[in-house]
Amino acid sequence: MNEFSSAVGSALSMIATLDADLVEIVLLSLQVSLAAVAIASVVALPLGALIALQQFPGRRAVIILLNALMGLPPVVVGLMVYLLLSRAGPLGSMGLLFTPTAMVIAQSIIVLPIIAALARQTIADLHEEYDEYLRSLGCTPLQSVATLLRDGRFRLLTAVMAGFGRAIAEVGAVIIVGGNIQHSTRVMTTTIALETSKGNLALALGLGLVLVTLALGVNATALLVSDAARRRYG
Amino acid sequence: MADEVKTVDTTDEHPLLPLVARRLQFAIDGRQIIRDVSFRIESSGRTVILGPNGAGKSVMLRLLHGLLRPTGGELHWGELSVARARGQQAMVSQQPVLLRRTVTGNLRHVLNVKGIAKERHQAMVEAALQQAGLDGLGPRAARTLSGGQQQRLAIARACVLRPEVLLLDEPTANLDPAAVRGVEEMVRAVAAAGTKILMTTHDIAQARRLADDVMFLNQGRLLEHASAQAFFESPQDPLAARFLAGELVG
Repeated sequence: MNEFSSAVGSALSMIATLDADLVEIVLLSLQVSLAAVAIASVVALPLGALIALQQFPGRRAVIILLNALMGLPPVVVGLMVYLLLSRAGPLGSMGLLFTPTAMVIAQSIIVLPIIAALARQTIADLHEEYDEYLRSLGCTPLQSVATLLRDGRFRLLTAVMAGFGRAIAEVGAVIIVGGNIQHSTRVMTTTIALETSKGNLALALGLGLVLVTLALGVNATALLVSDAARRRYG
Repeated sequence: MADEVKTVDTTDEHPLLPLVARRLQFAIDGRQIIRDVSFRIESSGRTVILGPNGAGKSVMLRLLHGLLRPTGGELHWGELSVARARGQQAMVSQQPVLLRRTVTGNLRHVLNVKGIAKERHQAMVEAALQQAGLDGLGPRAARTLSGGQQQRLAIARACVLRPEVLLLDEPTANLDPAAVRGVEEMVRAVAAAGTKILMTTHDIAQARRLADDVMFLNQGRLLEHASAQAFFESPQDPLAARFLAGELVG
């Protein structure tokens, strides 16, 4: 109990004094996860819209696959990206393994199906409601998509935030492709795993607190934005 | 009966008239919703499609607007096919679909989609708000308006570009009498401005108040099409007569 209290005290002190190591790790984590979510969103939002609005052979299978991929095991993604980027892999010459870029790639792959599946559902629901109005008005497909994305923007933001929540909390893939190298690829989750195994509970706890706060913050923001939008626009 | 083209004739000039249907049919999942309906409408003004629930009124309106494709028969708006005529029409559903935007945002959406120059928007939006009796409510979220206000906004949005034809599907269902009055006044004003109205209702009193001519539909069949005066004074179809007498038909 004494060790726990002391670790919590040290962790809070590190946060309060903005410990350089802790700040570096937090910033890298944010950098990697935000980049991954941004890249995934650029692909996932139009992909979700496309699957929601277009009829094509095998569409149902694609939806099932997309939903299943939401539970994609991160270590498998890490392994695949590792094999791609390792020296003997097809992209080995790019020298990306054990760099933040490799971590961004892995996290993008993990969150893409989450954002795409949630976006598809959001846009499909909205489309069902708006379809007759949009057709009556004679909207082009592009105008319809623009209308749906605009009116669904708050729910889509929630989808993006869900992706960020998954990315920032991810450990399996980034430890495989990042290598958890100090001052280079060490992020919050990988550091927590490492420092806990070394018995350095203060840093692990400090990062844990920051991570939990971030996760709570993201969820709270998503909820507040969604509630405010519902109150404002119905 | 099915081959007979029922005509209500005036000499009004209208770019989308006459509206002609020949042996119109619509079926879904093997169920016949519209059965061999033929008619010809030459008059502008207000045509009311009257009938009990399940008569096929809403389906008929969607066929006329091209939101559904007939499974048989022919339909023309003047010289135009249904698909080409739709650009000069607007439709408002029983439950109006208002965008998750402000009142003004809903009106501007139509103007943006139709490529109307931005500098004209303000004047057109103000005119539409005034027409709907929604002055001062422009910044309000559309979905926070009352039911009557939402329906008036939906009609104003549909009419912001002055369509040649306005199709209204049970526009006052679930509204209180005051709200019904507001919507009906708006419908009269839109018709008076030259827009042809085609409207469904199961409300006989409303049909009496609004109709210039009446199409009586039951179980997917057009049983009578006549001027409002002729229809209400001496309905030719026995079922229409029973419906007007307050009997439960359908």
